[in-house]
Amino acid sequence: MTRLLGWWRRMAPTLVALGVALVITALFILIIGENPLRALAALFDFGETSVAQANSIGVWINRAAPLFLAGLAVSIGFRMGLFNIGVEGQYRIATVVAAGVGAALVLPAPLHVLVIVVAAMAAGAVYAAIPAVLKVTRGVSEVISTIMLNSIAIALAAWMVRVPFVDPDLGPGENVATRRIAESGQFPGLNELFGVIGLEEPRRPVHGFVVVAIVVGIVMAIVLSRSRFGFELRATGLNPFAATANGISSKAMIIKAMLVSGALAGLVGLPDLLGSAHRFQADSFVSGYGFTGIAVALLGRNKPVGIALAALLFAFLDRAGPSLQSEGIPPAAVIIMQGIVVLSVLVVDEVARRGMLRREERRARAQDPATVTEEVAR
Amino acid sequence: MRRVLKYAVGAAGLALLLGACASDDDGDNGTTSDNGAASDLSVGLAFDIGGRGDRSFNDAAAAGLERARDELGVDFQELSPNPDGSNRGELLRELADAGREPIFGIGYAFIEDMDTAAGEYPDVQFIRIDGIPSDHDNVAVMTFADHEGSFLMGVAAALKTESGQVGIIGGNEGAVINAFAAGFKQGVEAVDPSIEIADQRLAAGEDASGFRDAAGARVAAEAMYDRGIDVIYTPAGDSNVGTFQAAADAGKWAIGTDSDQYETVGDPELQEVILTSMLKRVDVAVFDSIAAFADGEDIVSHAYDLSDDGVGYTTSGGFIDDIVDELDDYKQRIVDGEIEVSPTE
Repeated sequence: MTRLLGWWRRMAPTLVALGVALVITALFILIIGENPLRALAALFDFGETSVAQANSIGVWINRAAPLFLAGLAVSIGFRMGLFNIGVEGQYRIATVVAAGVGAALVLPAPLHVLVIVVAAMAAGAVYAAIPAVLKVTRGVSEVISTIMLNSIAIALAAWMVRVPFVDPDLGPGENVATRRIAESGQFPGLNELFGVIGLEEPRRPVHGFVVVAIVVGIVMAIVLSRSRFGFELRATGLNPFAATANGISSKAMIIKAMLVSGALAGLVGLPDLLGSAHRFQADSFVSGYGFTGIAVALLGRNKPVGIALAALLFAFLDRAGPSLQSEGIPPAAVIIMQGIVVLSVLVVDEVARRGMLRREERRARAQDPATVTEEVAR
Repeated sequence: MRRVLKYAVGAAGLALLLGACASDDDGDNGTTSDNGAASDLSVGLAFDIGGRGDRSFNDAAAAGLERARDELGVDFQELSPNPDGSNRGELLRELADAGREPIFGIGYAFIEDMDTAAGEYPDVQFIRIDGIPSDHDNVAVMTFADHEGSFLMGVAAALKTESGQVGIIGGNEGAVINAFAAGFKQGVEAVDPSIEIADQRLAAGEDASGFRDAAGARVAAEAMYDRGIDVIYTPAGDSNVGTFQAAADAGKWAIGTDSDQYETVGDPELQEVILTSMLKRVDVAVFDSIAAFADGEDIVSHAYDLSDDGVGYTTSGGFIDDIVDELDDYKQRIVDGEIEVSPTE
């Protein structure tokens, strides 16, 4: 019972915040002269036929998987006060390398996929190592260096797809791309699973890599809460000086955290690459997950379960874009909604935290006014 | 931890803001009209990134759509992709599921998404503006000889420059913009091979961010004008306005693309510096396709060029009235095959 109460205490601010966000969004829609109720209906409109509904769910899953991985990658740094704004560049580089390596090899199916995944993680980690080394050796702020490296990543990726990894058999007028990854290096879709659980099969690939994302999420949850690395990460984040005094090397932690963050970032582009694109081409490469991942990590409070829920929420809103447009609501509304959700969650969280603090303080003062005020003031 | 939160909120806010800016004012969607008149056709159209209101490529398509509504009485639905362009395929499917036909995809970025969607809806007619030919029978591709129109822009720039230096500011290094640049350079050289040509792109490789980077275009253009360049050709979508602003500050010329940007730029001060625009008659392609479809004709892929006025130049503002004869002369020689313009350098 107390457990349930504790869970409720933690969730209540978020639910209140979602309610607040909904109200603000409704006001916004009223201002632009549309009907908020119809917008709400469009938000939950998954289509009329069962095939359309299955398709919609597929789109939702396909969008949520990379957002979850990006949020996870960002959260590792956040946990110790390290701002890896460079997930964007890291996953771009990793996706090009993964596409190039994957197309150059032909291996038995599970091994081929494994090699591609390892190559992507390694590339992401290497690219994240640059700001880590700069910070540890020269004290360069990782915020600045990762933002700069994002721009460099665009040019570097453009060069890689043009020179070392280019497909020599491109058609006339076709923009440069890497060669296609052989079938053994493609990740099976979840489409048939829909049939098994009694739904129609979606007509387009539902990326099976979401299963890997879930496994990675579970592993990270265990690592963060049960392992020494997770403890040291949290300790450094809460109080770097205390952590150093207790023998945790902050330099080593910076390197480790950035490498793990970069390796996770390397996975962000893989659901799409292995599930449907099968090659890297700048036109169809989806950029921006690294930035949206920051918001997702914030909304999920840097915890894997929270990040998963946040990614599902963001993807849910993204998915509704076209049907909202059919109701006359501009596509930018989705982004505004996402922004309002993040802001209201943060504001309500802060209000709740202060309220809780004040309550604690009052209770403590009632017990013993002399000793405890100092302690809870922090 | 508080510090973490502060920075993180800032970063997240920034990211969302950037996203929102990239897709501002997409305006009235799903404009439907009951002209009551002729047609019960219901057309679908998915824009490229930036959506309606880019005053250039997308708006040219919108103009064709509106003309079809006014003249043919067709009903239409238009959709814009999200800022990262990840849902182009979904837009096409949404339109197909809503029973729209024909369905347009505006821009070469629709190549893969449209071919995939066409496979899923084999009975629906799709039409792509720009991009390579499709393997699917139900995809017609309308292309434009951007290099031929750009050749004339090169001629105009070469005839108008006083410093003997001209420039081009392109959106990226993709095949489409390379064709613009190649045509422009050949045009300049045809008039006077001694003219220096500066070539700068706003984004590396095929990255699309260069098409919505007005600030970057402005910086690049300012630098060019400072160096003595006095005419800049700017095939860079939404970014063009940055070049126009720099031109207005420097009191020098800029050349627009896709739409008649003298008419669409919406600022009298900027109008004064738009020498001419490379017209890409996306509106004609959209309108003609709808008209053909309404008549029950098969829609076939078509390559628009100078000979059918699918590409051309504008004279709004009257700044090039003195060289129209020469431009038309070059145009005729290209149409006759006397001059061959290559889409690559």
